Amino acid sequence: MVAELLLTAPAITFERVCLEFAGKPLFQDLSLQLEGGRCTCILGPSGCGKSTLLKLIAGSTALPFTGSLSLDTQAPGGQQVAWMGQNDLLLPWLSLLDNVLLGARLRHQVTEARRDKALAMITEAGLTGYEQALPKALSGGMRQRGALLRTLMEERQVLLMDEPFSALDALTRVRLQNLSARLTRGATVVLVTHDPLEALRLADRIIVLAGSPVQVAEIIDLDGVPPRDPGDPRVTGQYPGLLALLMNGETA
Amino acid sequence: MKILRLLVLAAGLLSLWQSLVLLTGAPPYILPGPLPVAQALITHWPILIKHLGTTLTEILVGLLLGTVLGTSSAVAMIASPLLKRWMLPVLVISQAIPVFALAPVLVLWFGYGMASKIAMAVLIIFFPVTSSFYSGMQRTDPDLLELARIMGAKPLAVLRTIVIPSALPAFAAGVRVATAVAPIGAVVGEWVGSSAGLGFYMLHANARMQIDVMFAALTVLATVSLLLYFFVDRLLDRVIYWQPQQGTTL
Repeated sequence: MVAELLLTAPAITFERVCLEFAGKPLFQDLSLQLEGGRCTCILGPSGCGKSTLLKLIAGSTALPFTGSLSLDTQAPGGQQVAWMGQNDLLLPWLSLLDNVLLGARLRHQVTEARRDKALAMITEAGLTGYEQALPKALSGGMRQRGALLRTLMEERQVLLMDEPFSALDALTRVRLQNLSARLTRGATVVLVTHDPLEALRLADRIIVLAGSPVQVAEIIDLDGVPPRDPGDPRVTGQYPGLLALLMNGETA
Repeated sequence: MKILRLLVLAAGLLSLWQSLVLLTGAPPYILPGPLPVAQALITHWPILIKHLGTTLTEILVGLLLGTVLGTSSAVAMIASPLLKRWMLPVLVISQAIPVFALAPVLVLWFGYGMASKIAMAVLIIFFPVTSSFYSGMQRTDPDLLELARIMGAKPLAVLRTIVIPSALPAFAAGVRVATAVAPIGAVVGEWVGSSAGLGFYMLHANARMQIDVMFAALTVLATVSLLLYFFVDRLLDRVIYWQPQQGTTL
């Protein structure tokens, strides 16, 4: 749905990035290319720096690093990325509609057109009738759908997703993965996850990180358009190898 | 059910009071029983209501001014780190001085009228409101602030949409404390120097050994303070509509 807006979604390039965390080198000369307009899933052991990688792309000022990080964008200045985390971060005092419009509210840019778009997206996400509901009245899956819509309403070319589906039950997770894959097609999506199956279903490319300081351990390119069916041979064929790779990374 | 519980509680307290009178054999000029106090309440009702008007005005105006001043100071400290560095020590000093010791000075400065009692109530209320609201705003979820930064939010919009609502539960706790202590400020002010108000009337009755009248005034003050607290409590529950209702049990 946002593909037409995101034809020029940028690539993201890390070049010789070094970053220390708690006195230890987390990244040491890390070089990485994340393709524009495609979904890249980043997998790796806990604490290896996956989320930090996302925060660097998001421009966190609390993480001083050396090297270069560039977004090859043709978009006019201003913010280029949108963020979706494990916690939905819906504001409990705002209705679902107002939460979806949060970015516009915070920039004083709420217009009738934006409201109409938000309402259309809420309908598309199967949340009709809950527009004025407070987050406390929504289930975990509905809340996370709201967070996804809030992210998409930003109309950014780069979507950063930090384990967005990890707190959901299995069925809701699959539904939301499908919705997310459909709605984010054409954007540069960087999705951090612990779940190899999720990565195989949603990614155009999987990057496995390992070691300390962290380095790229494996890059896996996948054919076809996500979301892939869990029974898809490309998923089932790659799953055991990917799982073994991650388990080796955990115990290394 | 709630009303029934209140009635049972009131009956229990009255029985306890009467038992205390009977058990100790205290004379009426030391501890009058509930019945003489009820009689005094009926006899002195018009004058008690007149003095209540004065005290209640002092409490409400003090509460309003103290809350407005407290919230403004907290927001100013959050908005300006420079102002915070100057204001925090003042806030601490304001609590280091026993406010009750200031009552004679306030009467001297603001006179025997309502102004000195309102000033007293404001001084008492200011600290709990400011400190609770300020620390509530400081504890805003950093992930929300990071999300707002990524969204390119305007600072004032962040304050209005995220920081202030996040701090409202803490602010409400401060206002509840303020509502409970505001009558103390007004009455202490009246004790030090005044010509009207329930505090003044209690001293007046005490000097004439009308202890039952003193207790009647105290009963009116306690009842009104309780009602005010429940009203403010309900109001705050409505303002913070997204919070689960109080009454968590372990």
